Amino acid sequence: MAEAVVETNFQIATGSTPQFEIGHTNTEVFPKLSVNELVITFENLATGELTAAVDKVSIDIEPGEFVSIVGLSGCGKTSFLNAIAGLIKPNSGSIRVNGQPVSGPGHDRAVVFQKASLLPWRSVLNNIIYGLELRGVRKNEARKLAEKYIEMVHLKGFEHYYPHQLSGGMQQRVNLARALVCEPEILLLDEPFAALDAITREEMQNELLSLWEQTRKTVLMVTHQIDEAVLLSDRIIIFSARPAKIVEEVRVNLPRPRTPHLKDDAEFDYLAKKIWGQIHTAAGKKVNVEYEI
Amino acid sequence: MKSDKNKVFVRKFKQEFQSITLGGGVIVALLVLWELASNLQWINPMFSSSPSRIVSSGWKVIADGSIFKHIQSSGLIFIYGYLLAAVVGIPFGILLGWFKKASQAFGPIIAAFYTTPRIAMMPLFIIWFGLGIGSKLALVFLSAVFPLIVNMQTAVSNLDKDLTRVAEAYGANRRQIFWTIALPESVPFLLTGLRLATGRALLGVVGAEVFGGAEGLGYLIQYAGATFQTDIVFVCVVIIAAFGIVMDRSLLALNRRFDVWRGND
Repeated sequence: MAEAVVETNFQIATGSTPQFEIGHTNTEVFPKLSVNELVITFENLATGELTAAVDKVSIDIEPGEFVSIVGLSGCGKTSFLNAIAGLIKPNSGSIRVNGQPVSGPGHDRAVVFQKASLLPWRSVLNNIIYGLELRGVRKNEARKLAEKYIEMVHLKGFEHYYPHQLSGGMQQRVNLARALVCEPEILLLDEPFAALDAITREEMQNELLSLWEQTRKTVLMVTHQIDEAVLLSDRIIIFSARPAKIVEEVRVNLPRPRTPHLKDDAEFDYLAKKIWGQIHTAAGKKVNVEYEI
Repeated sequence: MKSDKNKVFVRKFKQEFQSITLGGGVIVALLVLWELASNLQWINPMFSSSPSRIVSSGWKVIADGSIFKHIQSSGLIFIYGYLLAAVVGIPFGILLGWFKKASQAFGPIIAAFYTTPRIAMMPLFIIWFGLGIGSKLALVFLSAVFPLIVNMQTAVSNLDKDLTRVAEAYGANRRQIFWTIALPESVPFLLTGLRLATGRALLGVVGAEVFGGAEGLGYLIQYAGATFQTDIVFVCVVIIAAFGIVMDRSLLALNRRFDVWRGND
């Protein structure tokens, strides 16, 4: 379980990965996700100008761990997630899932995007099975697989609705179910509730919490909602302003299973404030921080 | 909570009624004015005809059946030319939109064709394909094909980036993106292309027939005009316009069903 992971500084943890690889052939000893010294630089195709987005970031995530990355807008955290999803090519460094290097998107990872981005010509059900269809699962079979997750995200009865008939919150549930039904090794969440209104966002956070308590998936979530990160995560990684570096790692040792009531807890408050403080100092350390939206 | 269904119906009916009475009223008023002007000899009915003359001429050519061979001839050219344009233009446009090199290769020549008035090439078509159906088909085809090519190209080359990113994230290859994203997304553009092509094709039919030949509505317009049968000219114009409006409205109605895809619900 996630709690069993030795409390180590992440540098030590990543430094020890190669030893695991040499010593054992059993895949169980590998972290679920292992990112080593990842560098992402963007080139402006018109001017040839280079912008560093992510600078030598290393992260290990254990099976069943819920990890969040928080940081200022535009700090490069979404680029980091996109690289893990295989949507952008990192300039250097490595990404491994169960010890296997990955390049490009794969069935072992599924992304929940900030915008629901549902295919408007497909019903809820057909949107949910889109990922399965792409990997060649027969429609009938895919629909059967989807049933469980439709129930899990409370979309029962809405299977034949079209995206434009749904509220933003419900669209995001479809987005979530579309990722879950693929049963990925790692679930990647890219500011999944940022586009929702405050009330719906809180509802969805609570639902994601209970969903996670049921499934115990390995999750990497990018967010700038600190309460969201504290409520859901086992570990929170704080990114600096661009280019993103890890400033601090905070372990959230609040007991599981958690409920939304945790937010009233004094320790919850303490952690949230601490993370706020660290994000601010991280921004303050750099003189010319660009605040971008 | 929903408000009273009857109230909603009455409100809609009132709006609909108002728009029909106002729009129709203006047309009727103009027709009456035209009829009066002609009857009172303010204008010469030989040059300008009148609604009653048009109706009676229309009735006559329908009753003696002389108009039908022209309608049939024009209709066939329209249908063949339009279908040919669809069969060639839609796949070709998709090809240009999907393969960047294809669009770089064929883009300039298409732009050149697109901006040239096709009717200017009719004498060439007559030389190449003869005075029969060949030259007319060529003109109708070339009139209708470009809106289809350009619309399909635009659709397929400007896909919603959020959707293609989702497809990629779930492991779609190029072929799968084409079938699951590009094709469905281009349906509304296809309907817009078909609407534009209708207008162009009708223009092509009439233009080709005016240019040469011995039947068709365009020929009849040209012949009736030359012999001062202005009422017959108007009968033909009304037939063509009515057909164009029906085509356009049908495609527009079909197109509206896709508005929700574009988020204009």
